[in-house]
Amino acid sequence: MRDVMLAIVFLPSIAHAGNDYVQVPAGTYRSALKYEEVKDDTRVAAFELMKTPVTNAEFLEFVRAHPEWQRDRIATVYAEKTNYLSHWSAPLELGMAAKPQQPVTQVSWFAASAYCEAQHARLPLWNEWEYVAAADATRRDARDDPAWRESILGWYAKPSTTPVADVGQSPANAYGVQDLHGLIWEWTEDFASMLVTGDDRSQSDANRLKFCGAGSLVTQDRENFAVLMRVAMLSSLEAANSTSNLGFRCARSLTDGGSP
Amino acid sequence: MKRFLPSMLIAASMFTQCVAAADLRSPQGDVINAILTSPPNVPPATGRHKPAKVIVKLEVIEKEMPIADGTTYTFWTFGGTVPGSFIRVRQGDTVEFHLMNNPNNKMPHNIDLHGVTGPGGGAASSFTAPGHQSQFTFKALNQGIYVYHCATAPVGMHIGNGMYGLLLVEPPEGLKPVDHEYYVMQGDFYTVGKYREKGHQQFDMQKAIDEKPTYVVFNGSDGALTGDHALAAKTNQTVRLFVGNGGPNLVSSFHVIGEIFDTVRQEGGTVEQHNVQTTLIPSGGAAMVEFHTQVPGSYVLVDHSIFRAFNKGALAILKVAGPEDKSIYSGKEVDSTYLGDSAVSMQPVATAAKAAEAGNLTIPDQVAAGKTLFNGTCSACHQGSGEGLAGVFPPLAKSDYLAKLSPGDLIAIPLNGHTGKLTVNGKDYDSVMPPMSQLNDDEIANILTFVLNSWGNAGGKITKEQVAKVRASTPRPAGAAH
Repeated sequence: MRDVMLAIVFLPSIAHAGNDYVQVPAGTYRSALKYEEVKDDTRVAAFELMKTPVTNAEFLEFVRAHPEWQRDRIATVYAEKTNYLSHWSAPLELGMAAKPQQPVTQVSWFAASAYCEAQHARLPLWNEWEYVAAADATRRDARDDPAWRESILGWYAKPSTTPVADVGQSPANAYGVQDLHGLIWEWTEDFASMLVTGDDRSQSDANRLKFCGAGSLVTQDRENFAVLMRVAMLSSLEAANSTSNLGFRCARSLTDGGSP
Repeated sequence: MKRFLPSMLIAASMFTQCVAAADLRSPQGDVINAILTSPPNVPPATGRHKPAKVIVKLEVIEKEMPIADGTTYTFWTFGGTVPGSFIRVRQGDTVEFHLMNNPNNKMPHNIDLHGVTGPGGGAASSFTAPGHQSQFTFKALNQGIYVYHCATAPVGMHIGNGMYGLLLVEPPEGLKPVDHEYYVMQGDFYTVGKYREKGHQQFDMQKAIDEKPTYVVFNGSDGALTGDHALAAKTNQTVRLFVGNGGPNLVSSFHVIGEIFDTVRQEGGTVEQHNVQTTLIPSGGAAMVEFHTQVPGSYVLVDHSIFRAFNKGALAILKVAGPEDKSIYSGKEVDSTYLGDSAVSMQPVATAAKAAEAGNLTIPDQVAAGKTLFNGTCSACHQGSGEGLAGVFPPLAKSDYLAKLSPGDLIAIPLNGHTGKLTVNGKDYDSVMPPMSQLNDDEIANILTFVLNSWGNAGGKITKEQVAKVRASTPRPAGAAH
């Protein structure tokens, strides 16, 4: 409770819309992914999630305060130098191609994590993100509605040849969160657990996603192509990677002292 | 047993002829940058007799293109086209494969080449985020024509958006030279709007799952290989088609209307089949077909699951130019009427017409002709027995209503139809009989004469002159026949 009170006190003092956190109540939901250890619905603890993705302006403020994350200073292991913030006109200048209220893209997982850490927050977990993203404007779980699924697919089906829109343009969902669909891909803290090389069993399972037909092996919700696409996208990435339509937002736990 | 020996020998010799020993030597000579071509073009033969190291660079591009006239769709492509760029290497080549994912793309992609021996056909090694590239190397162990496709989840959607193409691995000795080689690949597409509905169309997941395509096309769009884009050849040439099927769902019954495939390498394998009309191409499979052109004209490539060809777009044209060869195909020699069975059954009508012309038409002639015409025109409602259907179609047999009519009123019924209430043999009817405007005066006269002289009616005779008079005195709607 104390954490919540603090959050309420703190929020008005934060300048940028993207730094507003929305409180998400605890609950369970049916994960679209099949984990060997999960038999029933997935439980998600109460947490806070940014209302909108982090913007270029906010990220610029961050790299000013933390020069080691500027594109000319970042360590090679933390980002691909050719891509990282490459659409900014200079290391501390947004320029024409990056408007202040657009979501920041071309950020690596390391940089996104560092940003959230500086906020005394963290990246959302995959399950937290999907739990909130299952909602439409009125329902907390709209995933069974074919029309809603179809409208989400519409974004995935278009190449991003036009500039990304500003944050906060889309209607808030049932939790009061915006832009989870139709704007950018978003990093999750545990994106690496559903992918790539390693020696753990769940990784080898997810590895099957890379092969023909494999998607159907690990999903319980075979008609929810959008979830499959998010898994595929995150699986294709390494933590130092960045792309022109991948950004992030932060989350805070309500129980472990993660709130400010 | 003995008599099977010769054919077994022939089969054995064909087999050895087709399958030369695989070339497994190390790459030799200069590194070669593979020439990739857009459909329907095929890269030139490698012309090499030794294996080389070959570099293939393929870029994935997500882009909006027409799927039909006035209709666009967001295709995901290998090399900017559907199907993707044609790749040609020689058996034994060591292929260094680079997959680039355009920075403007939204999706991660990879490639599974059916000609690759190794897990996923290269898929795991080529999984690439937008704005990144991957590289892997494989040795082309087996010759043949192979499909490649994207295998990123959701696989069906990646393939359904056009992510497939062909890889040709030439046999060590090369393929026999021909006059034309073309690249044709079938695919099925699933859009929210109907076939040829205008505007931008979105992928329809449910139709894809239900395997109910909106489009089935060759080379990525409705009409991609018709009109100015038709394939071309001259007479007396050999044409080789590399025909693939990307799916994602349908199996193709590939056929060229008006040609017989002299040679088919079914499923892209090494056994040659000859004299084939239609060859089955599985989803994720391909075939090489060859034929020799003899007769000029337009040849239509179709999926012979024929509604796909004429209602969903699976149709392409090969135009063959050159001089006619009438010894093989004459063109139309005769064009005349053929009546089939009705030539016999219509005989009474012909007899009556002849008698009328000669001026000696009898009532029996008219009744015979009228019966034939009645069975063709009137019996559907009034029944062959003239009994009609109680309450719906009034009876003509023993009809008190007919007996009361004047010849003029009687003629007016078939001529102009009848609408409204009438009472026949004590029963009320309220139906609509349309004017039988397809019947001429002669025919109406014969039908009515037949009716008057049948089923216990009172008899009598109606002449065509009487009919002509009634017709002339009745105002007729403009445009009505006769």
